[in-house]
Amino acid sequence: MSVLFSHYNYWVVIVLMMIGFYIVIAQGNLVKKLIGLNIFQTSVFILYISAGKVSGGTAPILADGITLYSNPLPHVLILTAIVVGIATTALGLSLIIRIRDTYGSVEEQDVRAAEGNRKQESC
Amino acid sequence: MNAAHLLNWTLLIPLLAVVGIVLCSRWENLRETASLGAAAILFAVVCTLYGNLRDGVELAVHWIEILPGLAISFRVDTMGMVFALIASSLWFVTVLYAIGYMRGHDEQNQTRFYACFAVAISAVMGIAFAENLFTLFVFYEVLSLCTYPLVTHAGNEKAKNGGRIYLGILLGTSIALFLPAIIGTWMLSGTLDFTPGGVFPEGTSPVLLSVLLVLFAFGIGKAALMPFHRWLPAAMVAPTPVSALLHAVAVVKAGVFSVVKVVVFIFGIDTVADLPVTSWLVYLAGASILLASLVAMRQDNFKSRLAYSTVSQLGYITLGAFMASQAAIVGSMLHITMHAFGKITLFFCAGAVYVAHHKSEISQLDGMGRVMPVTFIAFTLGALSIIGLPPLGGVWSKWFLMMGALDSGYLIMLAVLSISSLLNIVYLLEIPARAFLRPAPAGASLQEARPSSVVAMVITTLMCIALFIYGSDLYEFIRSARLV
Amino acid sequence: MLSHLPILQVILPLLGAPACLILWRPRIAWAFSFFISALAFIISGLLLKQVWQGGEIVYALGGWEAPWGIEYRIDLLNAFLLLIVSGLSTVVLAGARQSVAREIPAEKQTLFYVAWLLCLAGQLGILATGDAFNVFVFLEISSLSTYTLISLSRQREALWAAFQYLIVGTIGATFVLIGIGLMYMMTGTLNMADLAQRLPEVADTRTVFAAYAFIIVGVCLKLALFPLHAWLPNAYTFAPSVVTAFLAATATKVAVYLLIRFSFTVFGKDFSTFDVPLHSIFIGLGLIAVFSASTVAIMQRNIKRAIAYSSVAQIGYMIIGLGLGSVLGLQATLLHLFNHALMKGALFMAMVAMMLRIGGITVDDIAGLGKRMPVTALAFVTGGLSLIGVPLTVGFVSKWYLVSAAFSQGMWLVALLVVLGSLLAVMYIWRLVEIMYFRESPEQAPRGEAPLTVLLPLLLLVLGNIYFGIDTRLPVSVTEAAASSLLVEAYQGVQVGGAK
Repeated sequence: MSVLFSHYNYWVVIVLMMIGFYIVIAQGNLVKKLIGLNIFQTSVFILYISAGKVSGGTAPILADGITLYSNPLPHVLILTAIVVGIATTALGLSLIIRIRDTYGSVEEQDVRAAEGNRKQESC
Repeated sequence: MNAAHLLNWTLLIPLLAVVGIVLCSRWENLRETASLGAAAILFAVVCTLYGNLRDGVELAVHWIEILPGLAISFRVDTMGMVFALIASSLWFVTVLYAIGYMRGHDEQNQTRFYACFAVAISAVMGIAFAENLFTLFVFYEVLSLCTYPLVTHAGNEKAKNGGRIYLGILLGTSIALFLPAIIGTWMLSGTLDFTPGGVFPEGTSPVLLSVLLVLFAFGIGKAALMPFHRWLPAAMVAPTPVSALLHAVAVVKAGVFSVVKVVVFIFGIDTVADLPVTSWLVYLAGASILLASLVAMRQDNFKSRLAYSTVSQLGYITLGAFMASQAAIVGSMLHITMHAFGKITLFFCAGAVYVAHHKSEISQLDGMGRVMPVTFIAFTLGALSIIGLPPLGGVWSKWFLMMGALDSGYLIMLAVLSISSLLNIVYLLEIPARAFLRPAPAGASLQEARPSSVVAMVITTLMCIALFIYGSDLYEFIRSARLV
Repeated sequence: MLSHLPILQVILPLLGAPACLILWRPRIAWAFSFFISALAFIISGLLLKQVWQGGEIVYALGGWEAPWGIEYRIDLLNAFLLLIVSGLSTVVLAGARQSVAREIPAEKQTLFYVAWLLCLAGQLGILATGDAFNVFVFLEISSLSTYTLISLSRQREALWAAFQYLIVGTIGATFVLIGIGLMYMMTGTLNMADLAQRLPEVADTRTVFAAYAFIIVGVCLKLALFPLHAWLPNAYTFAPSVVTAFLAATATKVAVYLLIRFSFTVFGKDFSTFDVPLHSIFIGLGLIAVFSASTVAIMQRNIKRAIAYSSVAQIGYMIIGLGLGSVLGLQATLLHLFNHALMKGALFMAMVAMMLRIGGITVDDIAGLGKRMPVTALAFVTGGLSLIGVPLTVGFVSKWYLVSAAFSQGMWLVALLVVLGSLLAVMYIWRLVEIMYFRESPEQAPRGEAPLTVLLPLLLLVLGNIYFGIDTRLPVSVTEAAASSLLVEAYQGVQVGGAK
């Protein structure tokens, strides 16, 4: 039991990660896939942030009378990762827009079907 | 000039000829002059080197070290000199022949033809004078690749399929078997230099050595040891000068030459003689001799019959190498020479018949002896040399191969060699018999091939006779090689 | 100035990218990015020289000493790879202008060069940095710009290929991120050299094991190691021709570098080979990759796709060398990194020329090409021969080392399978050769060579294939030193750790 609760942050991470991964694999809608990818990435952000927590420590801002701070480095790192995540999402969405313009759909099966037809035509 | 520098030129002259050939591609007379001139110069250079070798001059050059310890370098030794003399002299004769053949036949892409031919000769020189197995392998592969355009010269479906088999087997065996064998040798002995007596350290496991020997025997696909002989009949789609020089002399002899070199200078004949696997290889070579002869008897296509005959004759040389006695090795080297001059004559004749009368099957040759007397007399003499009857050169090599079989105790091989000679008589002499004894086709008049082709085949026939007369000189020269 | 080379290498293309955007006119943007790439190449050459003479270069970013600041650490391994990546980028870029003008809509051409420079910056950054988190950032910079580059193609399939790659690539990068996070939790540092010292103390924990697993899987996704290679053939086939040439020559090399760096420097040889059965996994997967991908390559109609599958197979060879775990094996891998960049650069550059002239790249388009574009066809054949591993080409050098490495460890079967694999290469290359030389050209097929600006880089690459197949001193000596320093020093490091 204690393992279950003392490390509950890891459980949150794992659950989120699996949810995100499942959406990426199972969903046919490209936008949903991308959302799944976001959840997947977010779980890793939480992994980093929770790792920086020092029990009893406060936010890492210098103030009188406080000696115990949380580790700020993972937070800074994850800021970078968040920016990267946003860039990925933006690029993914813009690709989806162009896919919709060309194929008229954002469903994976429609796109695959369109490709399959074209392949047969060209053969 | 330093004699060793001449060694560089044996490789460079044919390559320079390529440049000349390509530059003169518009003027065919000039182009052929370039080929002939280069061939003549090359022969002269090789002869000079021969003189130096007889005088005991050390002839070696080092080009570049490709990988640490693995260099491209050359050294003239007796065996290589024999091979180089054959190839360079026959290059000249073949170019002479090819001029008549290619023009008589109105072939396309003649520039490419002569250029690839010259590259092939350069590669053959590289093989002949290679100082180590690595150099030999490099030029071996170059030879496979640069003859591919020659084999597929016709550019049609048949040529494509022939080329596929040709390159598939040659490249396949060399990459899958020859190369691992070389790397294995390198790993075990730390050197690839050809050393009399072999390179492997004392006490190397005989099992490992046996595996390597088998890899070499089959990996050197150019030696056409059955079952990797299919490329040779497939290569017959090439124009006849190619079949004559490359697939009766240069390429196949490069194969058996490599086998002899590996046996003598990588393993050492004593080691080979002691290996348990050797006797199997000897029997395999014997089987290759007989089977190929039997297949040859069933071929109606002129060139195919000659090709299978070549497979059979290459078996003699491989056999001699694996019997691994002094006499057998000498017999092998003699046979490389005798068979080269004999077989090239036969191919010249086959090509002459084809180009002058468009007859490619043996059953069409009835009475042709009266139409092309010179051609068929040359053929008869060439065939007699291959069968091994006096007064032609072939008798000496068979003699020494038989001596070798006696020395090594493979008495059954005496029987194989005798039976094979009988088979040779059946399938080779059938051809002049048809040509001279059957009635001539109606309305046929005397018509030989172009003069340059006829001259070429007369030269090679005379050489067959000369090799009988001067056989002992050649024997003495070959015997001077340091084997152990 | 000279002491700042490690950072200049990365910062030049990174700053060049927005500058390129300001220049706007595609022609000028091309000239500018070529100039930047060439500068990066010169710098990498200087760096390699410095490292060769004076040993490892450590550069603290902004003067902040490690482990607080980020440091760049150039040793022989990454100096060698920097040279490959920047060199190939420069050569391909030199021939890119006309191809880009043809294959990419006019208004996007400048953006193309911007993305190219960013991609280059990302790859050089991954190679140069000595900080694990920095690796992730640069990995994403190069990946994001790669997705963009692929999607810029006019072929509509490219969009789908780019999206697939984006999903797979992001998952891969996130795995790497998790691995780095776990390492940080265990050791409290992100500096690779620091990690290498501290990890052995905690090597027996499950967390470190998980960290390594995440990083390996993430990198192998980027690497397209079988069975994680599904994204690669599509991405290579539909990307603009020059992008394929660039990616095939560089992107997988960078991923292999990461694999080597993490396995041998950060985690150390003993962890990655003894604690984890990586030997057999890598050798097994590598062999499967060689055989399955080569077989698939034989059957392709689109020759770009055929050669893309061949890349998957060639990655297999690199992984086999890595899996052998010996100095000779690692050297074979490093040599093949260099040699494969040259071969694939030449092959895909030949396709750039074909695409430019004949507009298509299926087997029907290239029929009779030997007569229509003799130089390009010959260049393709030479590249193919190198791929097969014919002597006097670079492919032979790699094969020699790989087979020797397998032999010297007594792995006869592996050696045999490696050479058998190259027979498959004979098949898929020769099939194309026959089509180019024996089939009749289609009626009214375009003739004539590509312009000189494309041909010259192509010929340069082909000559490189031959030159470095004959004069192997540079790659062989550098890789030998790099491989032995990685393995031998790593080994000594653990010995010190064990003595404590």
